[in-house]
Order: sequence, then C-alpha cells, then structure tokens
Amino acid sequence: MPPLDLLRFRLNGQPVEVACESPRVLLDLVREDLNLTGTKRGCDLGTCGCCTVLLDGRPTLSCLTLARLVEGHEVTTIEGVTPPNGLSPVQRAFVEHGATQCGFCTPGFVVTATALLRDVPHPSRAEIERAISGNLCRCTGYRKIVDAIEATGRETGR
Amino acid sequence: MTSASPTTYRLLGGRIPYIEGPLKVTGRAEYTDDIQRPGMLVGRLLRSPWPHARLRSIDTSAARALPGVFAVLTGEKYPTPFGVLPITHDETAIAVGKARYIGDIIAAVAAADERTAERALSLIQVDVEPLPEYSDPRMGVTPVTEPIHARGLLGSNIQKEVVQHFGNVDAAFAHAAHSVRVRGNFAGVTHAFTEPMATIAEATPDGRLTVWSATQVPHYLHRALSEVLGWPMHRIRVIKPEVGGGFGGKSDPLPHEIVCAALSIETGRPVKILFDREDVFYTNHGRHPTQNDVRIAADADGRILGYDIEALIDGGAWSSFGTVTTYYNGVLAMGPYRVPNFRYRGRRVYTTKPPSGAMRAHGGTNIRYSVEVALDMLAEKLALDPFELRSRNALPPNSKTVNEFRITSTSFLKCLEAAREKSGWDAKFRQLPYGRGVGLGCGFYISGSNSPIHFTPKMPQSTVHLKVDMDGGIAVHSMQADIGQGSNTLLAAIVAEVLGVDLDRVHVQRVDSDVSPVDLGSYSSRVTFMMGNAARAAAEELRAKLVAAAGSLLERDPETLEVAHERIQEKGHPEHGVSFLEALHRAMESTGALTASGSYNSRPMGGAFKGARAGTAPAYSFAAYVAEVEVDDETGEYRVLKIWAAFDCGRALNRLAVEGQIEGSIHMGLGQVMAESMNYRGARLFNPSLLEYKIPMPQQMPEVEILLVGDDDPEGPFGAKEAGEGPLIATLPAVGNALYDAVGVRFTDLPITPDKVLKGIDLRRHEGRSWKGR
Repeated sequence: MPPLDLLRFRLNGQPVEVACESPRVLLDLVREDLNLTGTKRGCDLGTCGCCTVLLDGRPTLSCLTLARLVEGHEVTTIEGVTPPNGLSPVQRAFVEHGATQCGFCTPGFVVTATALLRDVPHPSRAEIERAISGNLCRCTGYRKIVDAIEATGRETGR
Repeated sequence: MTSASPTTYRLLGGRIPYIEGPLKVTGRAEYTDDIQRPGMLVGRLLRSPWPHARLRSIDTSAARALPGVFAVLTGEKYPTPFGVLPITHDETAIAVGKARYIGDIIAAVAAADERTAERALSLIQVDVEPLPEYSDPRMGVTPVTEPIHARGLLGSNIQKEVVQHFGNVDAAFAHAAHSVRVRGNFAGVTHAFTEPMATIAEATPDGRLTVWSATQVPHYLHRALSEVLGWPMHRIRVIKPEVGGGFGGKSDPLPHEIVCAALSIETGRPVKILFDREDVFYTNHGRHPTQNDVRIAADADGRILGYDIEALIDGGAWSSFGTVTTYYNGVLAMGPYRVPNFRYRGRRVYTTKPPSGAMRAHGGTNIRYSVEVALDMLAEKLALDPFELRSRNALPPNSKTVNEFRITSTSFLKCLEAAREKSGWDAKFRQLPYGRGVGLGCGFYISGSNSPIHFTPKMPQSTVHLKVDMDGGIAVHSMQADIGQGSNTLLAAIVAEVLGVDLDRVHVQRVDSDVSPVDLGSYSSRVTFMMGNAARAAAEELRAKLVAAAGSLLERDPETLEVAHERIQEKGHPEHGVSFLEALHRAMESTGALTASGSYNSRPMGGAFKGARAGTAPAYSFAAYVAEVEVDDETGEYRVLKIWAAFDCGRALNRLAVEGQIEGSIHMGLGQVMAESMNYRGARLFNPSLLEYKIPMPQQMPEVEILLVGDDDPEGPFGAKEAGEGPLIATLPAVGNALYDAVGVRFTDLPITPDKVLKGIDLRRHEGRSWKGR
C-alpha cells in the first residue's frame, strides 16, 4: 500500500482532516473519499474541464492536482458554490438560458463562471470565451453558456 | 420568429427551461458513476493490443490467485452472439476465438479495488497467433485469406452490400444536358460525449439482476442482457440514470454492459465498470470513415434527372447499425429534392479497427456533403443561383420519392426563402472580396425510423403511463431516454398542456424497466414525434376522466366543458367551473389513484422491394443553411463567421430546446468539416484523447441565427417533427461551398484542415485557374 498523508485543508468553507494515499489526485479525494459527486470525471487527463474546482479561488483541474498539494489551502467544489437553498445567480441563468443539456460538464462550467464573475463582474463575450476555453461542452455549442454568463454579469450589481 | 401556424398553446411553443436544470447546475443530478452500492467491486477489462489475432490460450490462473480478485472471465462463458440489429448478431460480450481490433475485450476481472483489478489484468497470459490486419475497406472487398467474420460476403470482409436502382439512370445521364461528379472522402469522427460509459450491475439473492447504465436505449440493453445471459427479461431490471450525452454512441447494447452483469452474477456482488477516455475512443461506434462517388444528371433548366451513387464504408470490427448505415448512405441522398432516377451501390466493409456505428445524423451526413457540393457545381455550370437550383428541385408536400418515401409536411421552400433573405445572400454570393465567401447547404432527415429494430412481440413504438393520486402530482412513466436533449421536459410539458396544469405537478420518473412501459429510446430522432404522440394520448385519456368528474360535480354534460389553467369549466361560462383538484378528488372517489396509458405506432409504409423500409419515417425535417467564412490564404486557416440556420421541425414545441439542438448540431457539424478526425496508422488509432481529437473551442463557434419556419406536421404531436439530428447535416456543405466562394477551391476530403486549404489554393494557382470564375 502506498503511504498515507494526513491532509488538513478547508473544503467548501469547513476545515477537513483526512487520511489520503500519497499519489491520490484531488478529484479522487473529493469524489471517492469525501463523496462529493458534483465534481465530474470526464477524462482524467486535464482535457475536458468537467472536474474543475476552485483552489484558493482559482479554477483548477482536480484530476491533475495531487491531493497532498492542497494541504493548508482552500478547495471549493460545485457544492461549495451552491447556496444552501436555491441557486446562485449564474446557476439560475444557466437554467433559464438552456445552458445545460446533458449536464455532465455543467458543474465545471459553473465553477469556472463563478470565479470569472467574481474577478470580472461584467465580462465581455470574448472574456467569457477565454475563461471557459478549458471546459468542453459537446451539447450546447457554447452559445447559451456564454449567454448565461453574460446575462449574469449584466443583471448583477451594475 | 413567429410560428407559421395560427393555433397557440399555453406552454408548448414557448421557451421551457429543462426541468432537471436545477439538479444539473448544482451537481446534484445523478449519473451512473455517482451511484454507490454496498460491497461494490471494481470491474476492469483486458483489451487486445492486436488488431487481429487468434486467441490460442488465455491463462488466468495467476490473476485468479491474487488476493482481492473475485472473478476472472473469458469469452467462453457467455458466447451467445448479440448486436443491436437482430439480423447481424456478430459481437460477443468478450472475444471468443479471436480478437478483431485494438481495444477488443479479451478478459474481465472483478476485484476489491482498482489497483488489485489492474494488477490482475497484468497477470493474465494471452497466447495469440497474429492474423492479417485489414485497416482499409478496399482490402476487404474481394475474398481475403482470413475474413474478420465468417459471415463476410463470399469470403470477403463485406458486411453489407446494397444495390438499388429506381427508374433508368443510364437513360437519364444519356439525355442529360449537364452532369457533375464529386468523389468525397470522409475521416471517421466520434461522439465525444463528456460522460464516459459507466455501468453498475447487481445480482441479488432473490434471483434478480439490476443494471444501471449510461445508455440511450434501455430497452435494447434489456433484450441483449436477457439473450446473452440467458435470463428471462422479467428477472432483469434496467435503470437509466442521467446520461451525460450520447449522440448515438450509447445506443448499441455494449459488451461491457453485459460483462458487468456477468461479473456480478459470478461474484454475487455489485460491480461497477467505469470507462476511461481511451476506453471511450476505442469503443467508438462513431461516424463511418467513408468514400463516396456521386454523379448527378440534370436537364438544361437545372432539373435533376438522376443520381448515380457509390459508397464504400469502413465498418470497423462489428456490424453495429451498419446495415442501416449502408442503406442510409444512398437513400438519404434524395430528399429534399425530387430525383426521378436513382442508382446506388453501397458496401460496408469490416476492418480490424474500432467499430463504427450510429452518430448524430447517422448515414445522412457524408453523402449529403457530396450531394450538396455537386449541386453547387451544377448551379455554377448552369450559371444559376444555388437557391434557385434547389427551389426548382424541391419535393412538394404530400408527395413520394422514387423509392417510395412518403413526404407529408415540408417547409423546405420556406427554409430557402428565409436563409436567402436573412443572410443577405443576393448581395454576397460571388461578390465578396477574395478570401471571404458564402455557401448554401441543405438537408433532410428522418423524424423517427418507421421500422422498430425488433418485430417480436408486436408492440407500439412508444408507450406512456400516467398516475395521479390525491396529492395532485402526476407521475409519468416511459422508457424514453433523456440524454440531455430535453425529452423529459417535453414529456412533462405535453402532459401539463393537455391537462391544463402547472408544470411542477408533473414528475417524470427515472427510466426503470420494472415500472416504465417500453419506448424504444433515443435514436433515429424519434422521441419528440413518437413519445410526444404517446404522451398526448395518455394525457387525453386522463383528461377525459377528469372532465367527466367535473361534469358530475357541475351537473353538466362533459361535452360542454373545457380545460383551463388548473381548472375545468363550462365553455363560454368560465365562472362555472371546478379546480383541477376538485375534479380529481371526485374522479378517484371509488377507484383511488387515476391511471392512464397512451401509445404511438407509426403506420405501415414503404415499397415492396428489398430494403424498402430503410429510411421510411412518419415525417421528415428539412434545412437550408448559409455559412459565411473568412480564409487566411497565407496559413490556410479559416473562420466560420456566421451561420443562418433555417430549419423545418414542424412546430417547435420547446424553442429553448430546439435552439439548443440546432446550436449543438452546428458545433458538432463544424467539428467534422473543420477539424475532427479519428486518425489511424494502419489499424492503430493515434489520437484516443480529447487533447488530440480536435473539437472546436468556444472561440471557434460562429454566431448562429436560427430561423424556424416549419408549418405544423399533420401527424406530429401538436405539429412537431424532429430537431435533434437533421440540424447537423446542412452545416458541412454550407461551409464547404462557402470555402469555394471564398477561394475558388472545391474541398471533398474532410476534415478540411488548414493544410488542405493551403494546398488547394496553391494547386489552383499552379493550374492558373481564377477564383469565382472571374
């Protein structure tokens, strides 16, 4: 058996202490060990963005991130960007604009969009396209995703 | 856009957000890999590294002896052949006797954890005799030394040959004023849905087996499990969780689904098989690599006199849907035009490569590209506008094609008008500066295959059950498979529309073969049309019960009553009425919960000749797209700036979903025409990852203007036809023809990558040909 690390980090705002095999990646830790299944596994190679989480607020591919590297850091998953009741503005916009079809890529897009809108409250379409270019969607052709993020920027706090 | 039809509905025709949207945007929607079962084992597959090899012996003793290994399976245990089409059962759950492609499953393991399972696979010793590799279909059209399958035609690797001739093609060409010819070459492309395949199987001590799987067709999976395992269907329960995209790639019953069930039966424990991305690429079942040769004859006015078509289709290792593919590559070339004489020879050939199968706009895409490019050439020869050429040849409503397809509604002419006007075509075509161009591409597609794949027992193509109890919530059961296209939402909306209730009363239940009546699932663009009609029938039956109850409460003849929002009232006297709940509670006084059932079956159609049913459908969608492109003639790179997508899906019942299908289809079509390619060296796939398989980025997605111009279809539910696959087809030729307008080069080798554009331009210059004929 590979050695175990004792990891301490913050997950969705709460302190977590968990034993974790050294070579384990963050995606496995989150999905398998901590049972937060909102983060999706699409390729294990950093090519689809379905597993995107926030690491200290920055969109990060959890399938390429060694779990032990999050020691002392802050991890936010789709569960963490979702309000306890209802939907966040960008989540509501995704629903209203039809920006989710099969939904498998959606948590990754929502996490990416949440970080973008925090840093750039009113992004242009070009800024949105650049921000989501690491997330693959095979259903929507991206247009409704860009629409949803753009509308969220337009409608919040200007 | 406004609908062409006068009637309006309360919900249908509007923009209805997907009912499972809130679950999907929060990560709460449950996909197969999200499900955990107590004591679940990990299933892993040993895949062949050989393209074609006789399996002399497989020694599993060391793997079996490894602690933590619960079962090791090889092919002999479940040798019953299966396949999606009953006439071409040529697959087994695990290879028996030989491996037929790199990636073929040759053994399977169930173990306590992933690491043990992987270790067990590495301990399996396989002794093989390598056999000839057949990577090119041309190598298999004549008898070969070692046919890939014994069923190949006359000792060759031909899986299916279709020869059809209607009218007299030779005479048509002899009398033609003009003829054009396009020889197209199409790389294979694959679905690349984001959710890798996943299956969980759990055999339980009560003698039952439950299978959760990411499938588009739970019913065909149910049948295949029963056939191969030798279990009666009623002891097997198939559940479809949310499915992360399919596009045809999850429509065959797949071997790993059966292997997973077999491993659970062997071990008595739940087993999960989860694919990695390489597994998904090797499993493929994507669009066939194809070479076609299209000749079109026309009279001096541009009226089509005949088609003469050949297609050579690379099937990969199995039949899959291939017999259908072989027919479709011919018969789907005709509409939206009247083609009085038609000859087709199509051959689908086995190769030792990952199997090809059904992919969005199955069988109608590659041939359409060649036909539409040929028509563009014909228009140029005749000095006729491409729109005018198409208008002159449009199939009229309520007509028949030469091979006896029944055409009912078609708004193809309206599609042409809308695309021409909105794109500003008349000011652009052959008039834009060098490097910029517009192109027209058209298409049509089946709205539900008229032929179910299985004929026994006789049953409807779709059935929907409703149950409403005292709480006023309406449970909807059907085996229709929502894979992201929004069919659950449409199902709920139709029920709510007919009953006059709010959408949140309607609860579409997860597909579960124990309780869901059979619907044939998501393929052939059949769901809106067939499930929609079944849902409408079920809801009308329920409505009749509620209206009768309201009649007894109001002491009125039910004939005088109508359904309004959450209410049943007297026609012309809306103040005389009862609420939905009041009517419901009266109706169930003596019976308890109300139930209703509706079904749909298309009528018999098609000619009396062999293969006549292939391509028959109760309705067809139509499309006319204009693409505008900009080419950099130094690098060969190009951008698609905008697509005007005029589409006839009858009445669009959920505009949000129809737009989503069209935009997604255009993205997928752009992928095939611009970049996507399954790259093989011999039989070896060289790009089995999303890094090397090039799908267009958000920045490459053009602006899309959607023009929904369809008239109500007479048989579609509330006038609707399909919008899930047809919208892909016209994308490719619109781009190809726009590139010709931009730089004067015909591209017939897809994908049209920048290197090909550059070579084409160089060759044109070298030959001293001008561009745009000027």
